[in-house]
Amino acid sequence: MKIGSGKHTGYGDVLFKAATFLSALIFSLAMAGVAFELARSSRLSIAKFGFGFLWSQAWNPVTQDFGALSSIYGTLVSTLIAMVIAIPLSLAIALFLVELAPPALSRWVGYAIELLAAIPSIIFGMWGLFVFAPFLADHVQPFLQKFGGFTPFFKGPPMGIGMMSAGIILALMVLPFTSAVMREVFSMTPPVLKEAAYGMGATTWETTSKVTVRFGAKGLMGAFFLGLGRAIGETMAVTFVIGNNHSISASLFSAGNSIASTLANEFTEASDPLYLSSLVELGLVLFAMTLLVQTIAHFWLRHLGKTTGGRQ
Amino acid sequence: MKTSNFDHSIKALAIFTLISLMLTVASCTGKTDRAENLILNGAGATFPYPLYSKWTSQYNELTGVKVIYQSIGSGGGIAQIRAGTVDFGATDAPLDKEELDRLQLIQFPMVMGGVVPVVHVKGIGPGKLRLTGPVIAEIYLGAITRWNDPAIKELNPGITLPDEDITTVHRADGSGTTWIFSNYLTKVSPAWAREMGNAKVLAWPVGAGGKGNEGVSAYVQRIEGSMGYVEFAYAMQSGLSYALLKNHAGNFVAPSPGSFFAAASMADWENAPGYRVVLTEQPAEESWPITGASFILLRKEQRNSGKTRALLKFLDWCYRYGEKSASGLEYVPLPQHVVDGIESYWSRTLAAGGKSLWPPRGEKGDKE
Repeated sequence: MKIGSGKHTGYGDVLFKAATFLSALIFSLAMAGVAFELARSSRLSIAKFGFGFLWSQAWNPVTQDFGALSSIYGTLVSTLIAMVIAIPLSLAIALFLVELAPPALSRWVGYAIELLAAIPSIIFGMWGLFVFAPFLADHVQPFLQKFGGFTPFFKGPPMGIGMMSAGIILALMVLPFTSAVMREVFSMTPPVLKEAAYGMGATTWETTSKVTVRFGAKGLMGAFFLGLGRAIGETMAVTFVIGNNHSISASLFSAGNSIASTLANEFTEASDPLYLSSLVELGLVLFAMTLLVQTIAHFWLRHLGKTTGGRQ
Repeated sequence: MKTSNFDHSIKALAIFTLISLMLTVASCTGKTDRAENLILNGAGATFPYPLYSKWTSQYNELTGVKVIYQSIGSGGGIAQIRAGTVDFGATDAPLDKEELDRLQLIQFPMVMGGVVPVVHVKGIGPGKLRLTGPVIAEIYLGAITRWNDPAIKELNPGITLPDEDITTVHRADGSGTTWIFSNYLTKVSPAWAREMGNAKVLAWPVGAGGKGNEGVSAYVQRIEGSMGYVEFAYAMQSGLSYALLKNHAGNFVAPSPGSFFAAASMADWENAPGYRVVLTEQPAEESWPITGASFILLRKEQRNSGKTRALLKFLDWCYRYGEKSASGLEYVPLPQHVVDGIESYWSRTLAAGGKSLWPPRGEKGDKE
């Protein structure tokens, strides 16, 4: 009779509460520790370059002049390309699987996409370097150059490697995560809502765009930021195909670098204190960028919660 | 999460330390068997890793002494030997004398290798294109941008060069290969010395960066009209078209163990402070101008004389018998007189408790 009365909770509950609290605490402490350690180890570079580090384009280990701009630019551009490709695609995949495909097919395609998520990033990188980049260079980029060569985006020799292939590889890596979440979101739309829409004479397209997507808007944003978080810090696959040059160019064909690829390339052989400290500061910048993205995501979700229907 | 490389090396280090500790304890408590339980730890340069790992496994089969080499990069190798967490460090770019003294380390070369310019130009096979250091410097500086530039044409009168852009490919990761390459260009091109300098990572004005030798050779293989520089073994294995280089004596030479050896033979090893010998642009008739050595670092003050002796014996074995596997991997052994010089350097500098640790005297007499 005491069960569920809420008066006496017993030791089990106290223990459980303490354990969950401790887990949450350890995690927060670990995050704070990472931030603190990054800031501490980059103090040499912070003292030397100040805020100028963020908008200096220099990266010269010989003259000891470092700046993060080209790495920040590369991180943002490659992530942007990835999201521009991955989000519409995964939206389409999820809608197809939930709304249109026969259940048996839906299940198998779903498995295949989830399998894509299990492939290690280095495999994506090697596939990108040896298979995908050559394909881009031979078949896609010359075509783009022929018809879009007058814009600044498709200038320079079509090498295959560069910002463009990094963005596309990232899109492929993000795709399974975003589409899996989106599929869940769509399948949670109560059938009664959809049936009501159909009952009022709406087409499949109208039902999808006006009911399913709106209902799941919040979850879709969650999927978007999950993908973004993965793309922004991806290291190995990007390092293989981005071309690794500390420069900023509007052309998607040209070689660039991201924060993560710079760290992967240069951390092992950096023995000079200021150089090492600048690399750590790059890590700090990435940490701050990820934090910023999460904060924006949080506020956006809150805003969406007010303007659109749906739960969660 | 962003420092996973670093995390891994720390984790690996912790595991290795744990294992070696356990084995040390085991060797102390069990019967004091000599070689079987001995583990020597080394860390550093990635460039000689294939060679060192082959040597360590062969040596283990022969003697039971286990040598573990972690290729975590020269920077990590220097940091670890300094902290005393490994028994030897390895670096591609030699430290200078002041730094060695400051860190209380000694340094000597272990093996040689060469850096080779490779090109991907239609109709040009291996050993056909002739280049000079200053021309390579201008290409990498972005001053020469096309293959049919007069400066390249002048060197290659018999070859039709295409009217094509040159795409330069460099190492994106910090690397001893880049260090040797830029050391050479600094010597032969004032423009390079002024604008770029000599380091393991440079601020490249043009071109694309590949990760590792395999990354650079993959890019060169892919990109029409490209030029890169790779370690000799990779140039041979990838089947890329290497270029001939004009050396200090004015001859155009091809990269080969013979031309690396020629470069080493003329160097003044004995008088270089801290064995800081750089083999680029050597005067011999046949010498390959971009030759370099990879170095081993040891602590001056040795704490465990038994371990140090075992380590020196291993290194001595590598000098004497490691040649065959070295040649198989396209590395080049040091000339004999240099090896003799290095070993007498050991006996002069390495001591524990006032006693010299090299050469090993009677096997039984040298127990601590």
